[in-house]
Amino acid sequence: MAIRVQVEAFDPGAEVNAMHAANVGVGAVVSFVGYVRDFNDGLDVAGMFLEHYPGMTEKALAKIAIEAEQRWPLLKLEVLHRIGALEPGEPIVFVAAASAHRQAAFDACAFVMDYLKTRAPFWKKENTSEGARWVEGRDSDHVAAGRWKA
Amino acid sequence: MSINVLFFARYSEAVGLDSLEMEGNFATVDAVRQALAGDPGFEVLNEASLMCARNQELCALDEPLQAGDEVAFFPPVTGG
Repeated sequence: MAIRVQVEAFDPGAEVNAMHAANVGVGAVVSFVGYVRDFNDGLDVAGMFLEHYPGMTEKALAKIAIEAEQRWPLLKLEVLHRIGALEPGEPIVFVAAASAHRQAAFDACAFVMDYLKTRAPFWKKENTSEGARWVEGRDSDHVAAGRWKA
Repeated sequence: MSINVLFFARYSEAVGLDSLEMEGNFATVDAVRQALAGDPGFEVLNEASLMCARNQELCALDEPLQAGDEVAFFPPVTGG
């Protein structure tokens, strides 16, 4: 399991390739990449700033990843999230799960994203055409996370 | 007892602080929240959607506290 919270940009393709490098037991890799959009809730977005809770953010992501590893037979799991200033088009989050067969990888990847959205302390502040604004949480994210309740 | 209280994102802007030290007897996270929320400068802590953490783990408002704990208050998270 790898957890990375970083200011630096990353290459999603290289991250995916690294998921099965040196492990021919990996039969499936499912990955999710989230990107900064240039439009949200009716306004143009020129960029955003990602605030986090140093220490807790890493712990919260590790806790989510450990739960995923307990629920599915994963061979590798990576969670990478950027912080700081980001521009439209840049990758902001990367989650990838590797397993012998596809279903565990699909489910674990979706689970980690749904829990990250509702439990990991990150906050987006957008620079819009009408000034800076904090992004509001969405109820639909909690509905999505609720489907994984045991 | 002494409790270190942290604020993040919109809450940090609303109260004008990243953190503060509270002295007193606080049985729960909510006791800290109530002690602060009585001050007009901290009324953001009355929002129904408030989230909180004790020692860097999400918790409920009725989470018990011990001296030296770190408590954080923040709006719903919006990462990903």
